[in-house]
Amino acid sequence: MKQEPLLQVNGLCVEFSTKNGSVRVLNQLDLHLLPGEALGIVGESGCGKSMTALSIMRLVPTPPGEISNGQILLNGDDVLQLTESQMEDIRGNEISMIFQEPMTSLNPVFTIGSQVSENIRRHQSANTSQAKEKTIQMLEAVGIPAPELRIDQYPHELSGGMRQRVMIAMALSCQPSVLIADEPTTALDVTIQAQIFELLRKIQEEMATSVILITHDMSVIAEFADRVIVMYAGRKVEEGLVRDIIDNSCHPYTQGLINCVPVLKRDPGLKRVELNEIPGVVPNLAQLGPGCSFAPRCHKVVDRCYQEMPPEQQVGENHYASCWRVGDAA
Amino acid sequence: MNNRQELNPMVRPDRPVVELWLMFFANKAAVLGLVLWLLVVFTAVFGLTIYTGDPFEMVGAPMTPPGAEFLLGTDYLGRDVLTGIIHGASITLAIGFSATICTVIIGVVIGVLAGYYGRWVDNLLMRVTEFFQVLPPMLFVMVLISLFTPSIYLIVLAIAVVSWTGMARLTRAEFLKIKELEYVTAERAMGARNASIMAKVILPNALPPLIVAVALNVGTAILFEAALSFLGLGDPNAYSWGYMIGSSREYIWDSWWTITFPGFAIFLTVLGVSLIGDGLNDALNPKLREL
Amino acid sequence: MKYEYSVKVDDLRTHFKVHRPHLFAEQPTVYAVDGVSFEIEPGKTFGLVGESGCGKSTTALSVLRLVEPTSGSVELNGVDICQLSENDLRNYRRHMQIIFQDPYSSMNPRTTAGEIIRTPLRILKIGTPKEQHERVEELLGLVGLRPEQKNLYPHQFSGGQRQRICVARALAPNPDFIVCDEPVSALDVAIQSQILNLLARLQQEFGLTYLFISHDMAVVQHICDEIAVMYLGRIVEKADRRSLFLDVQHPYTKALLAAVPTTDNNSKLSFVSLKGDVPSPMDPPSGCHFHTRCPMAETRCSKEIPKLRQVLPNHWVACHLV
Repeated sequence: MKQEPLLQVNGLCVEFSTKNGSVRVLNQLDLHLLPGEALGIVGESGCGKSMTALSIMRLVPTPPGEISNGQILLNGDDVLQLTESQMEDIRGNEISMIFQEPMTSLNPVFTIGSQVSENIRRHQSANTSQAKEKTIQMLEAVGIPAPELRIDQYPHELSGGMRQRVMIAMALSCQPSVLIADEPTTALDVTIQAQIFELLRKIQEEMATSVILITHDMSVIAEFADRVIVMYAGRKVEEGLVRDIIDNSCHPYTQGLINCVPVLKRDPGLKRVELNEIPGVVPNLAQLGPGCSFAPRCHKVVDRCYQEMPPEQQVGENHYASCWRVGDAA
Repeated sequence: MNNRQELNPMVRPDRPVVELWLMFFANKAAVLGLVLWLLVVFTAVFGLTIYTGDPFEMVGAPMTPPGAEFLLGTDYLGRDVLTGIIHGASITLAIGFSATICTVIIGVVIGVLAGYYGRWVDNLLMRVTEFFQVLPPMLFVMVLISLFTPSIYLIVLAIAVVSWTGMARLTRAEFLKIKELEYVTAERAMGARNASIMAKVILPNALPPLIVAVALNVGTAILFEAALSFLGLGDPNAYSWGYMIGSSREYIWDSWWTITFPGFAIFLTVLGVSLIGDGLNDALNPKLREL
Repeated sequence: MKYEYSVKVDDLRTHFKVHRPHLFAEQPTVYAVDGVSFEIEPGKTFGLVGESGCGKSTTALSVLRLVEPTSGSVELNGVDICQLSENDLRNYRRHMQIIFQDPYSSMNPRTTAGEIIRTPLRILKIGTPKEQHERVEELLGLVGLRPEQKNLYPHQFSGGQRQRICVARALAPNPDFIVCDEPVSALDVAIQSQILNLLARLQQEFGLTYLFISHDMAVVQHICDEIAVMYLGRIVEKADRRSLFLDVQHPYTKALLAAVPTTDNNSKLSFVSLKGDVPSPMDPPSGCHFHTRCPMAETRCSKEIPKLRQVLPNHWVACHLV
């Protein structure tokens, strides 16, 4: 069964100019998003996962950043070719985004009701009372109790979890086809995180929205996403269905990422065991060699890894990895 | 353990102080300010040895226009304007600096105590600060000076008394912010004393905005002194630029040079410190450093 | 001299008075820590886990008297530090150190790594300057950094390396007891494991006692020998690591465990979603603080405060219904 992707990114490159020349923060990134799918993008800080989201929204800070190459096709149209005003019609309407910090991503001087309804009025020809009605409806949908009263509250009167719900209500108010969630729960407590994911899952089913979930936490991906892309130093290193990636990952980085996190067990035993670690730190993007950027931290490294960039290889159905040692016995 | 955690040379800056100067010297306006300022300091320090003479002495015909005999002319009593400007430089600088030093001492001490100890100390000191803030500064200085005999020390003190409030508020704000940071708690966890935390840990980190404020304060103090002397409230024995302007103000239509040259000297000096202040502000602002 | 417990915290309370909302209002009190007791055996790790606002960090700071506790006692090696004078406390700090969450704000940005690590030695006057410098190099090696890195400034290190420097600083005066306040929460996952392993290795090598504060159940489960779950200033469940997870008793702990996402499908508890947010510690619910969100709550729960009582060997719960 082959579906037409809703969003397709081809060969995306983003460069940042710094004092010491330009740094490529995204390098030849390809990805696609199917309708109704939840795609996870996972990696450490600086791997380019947030930059991917900003590029799709065309919100890369320019300068110093610049999308230097590639295509971003939304329903077949390249959003990189659109004018800024055409793009404004798409943002918040076709593609919406929610951010990590619910504390700072709402404007503190306006009521939450006016912030949600403004987005509705901007993109849909609704008058004030229709927008208000829609706002109450949206706030109710994201599980905010007594929305008729809440719309007159200011962001500081709400808890972190409630604010993130408002952000989601705002992002979903125009029924976008794509919702990008950049670390939506990192600042929240686990019980609140669970509530937010429950909500996102419900909304995704009811509204048939495709979701791109960006996170550093593989276990969040495991619970929420259908398919996952693992990124390292501005490149995609592995891509596949969630269960394939978690149970049969092929790239040593993905394996390291999964194994280095303590997993909550029913029976942890009495003795503490040592965690696996990925040695070293993420490389400086300005000083990458010609080969695989993970090579200096990789336990399977061979000479070839330092010299040539490994191409993407198919290792299973819908499962791709970029590693010279794919297929070799560990 | 692994030792592959290479430090990358790209983001290896020099020591913070060196980095600061590099940033400062990359700023053309700031360098211009520094040049102007050095010129004034040079005049004040070496001018008197090259160009000796008492500024109060009547050396030529009154109101001689600038020319070959007197480079910048003479005033209504026949005093040489150039000698006055050179002498005035040292007086003006002395007042600017000492008033600023007094301002900093009062302001920083009060700000540090209020910001660090908080609670009633803060409440008390801030009420005192507010009291001084609501007084109109020029009027207050004039009252202070007319109560006593005007002298250079009194003027310095009066200027400090009206200008320390800003410094105190700034110091307090920085202290309130920094004392909440974990490295201050860490210092306490290691058993450091309050005095050492204030002086060695918080104060150095609070310095950047203070340095900028100090630079700008020198300019304000100079202007204050000029205004006082213009009003005839300055020290009559101190031949400052403000005094020159003040004493010649009635002859402005007959001898433009007696007012223009000291006025220009004040303008350039204050412009110099402002440019230095702005340059330091940019150089000390971490947000402007990278990229 | 050997003590049965390295650290013994008894009925610790830390209440803060906050600003009145208006002139005639009663001054509100935040019951940040409200009667917390626990003991830590020498060389063991005790975990405090809970959501934000549950008082776990205030407990950490109160235990070291970095925040002055309102009442209660904290004994370290038999000495009640709550009774020490300011001066004695300062000297006693060599036995107890702390590692903070944010390696960016926990180091003075104007001092070099070497100076940062030397600070406790300097303040506590341990050794001559030459010995102190030698000790700094030794400590850098212990935490996996190179001696020549001592001349670099904090911003020249990565987050993980900074946390290593903080660990070295805490180790410098040879303490017995280290409070780790969310030491890995601000770090990338791959770096978290490095720091956790480092802490474990140092504990073995030097027989350190840890109080480990975290919001992350999986991390706490991994590193701690004994764990207490906090909710709104009180301990609701306390057990050794095996018993807590195998025989979880308190409905809050159950909900907390169920909410943790995991890559392992088999270990997932049946899902009990908690409704609503944590109530404000300024105005905590009556009786059992958890009754407003508890799926099992009865009328008794809103009236009586449940006592922490032993239900299994090494397992204490504060709940009327267990």
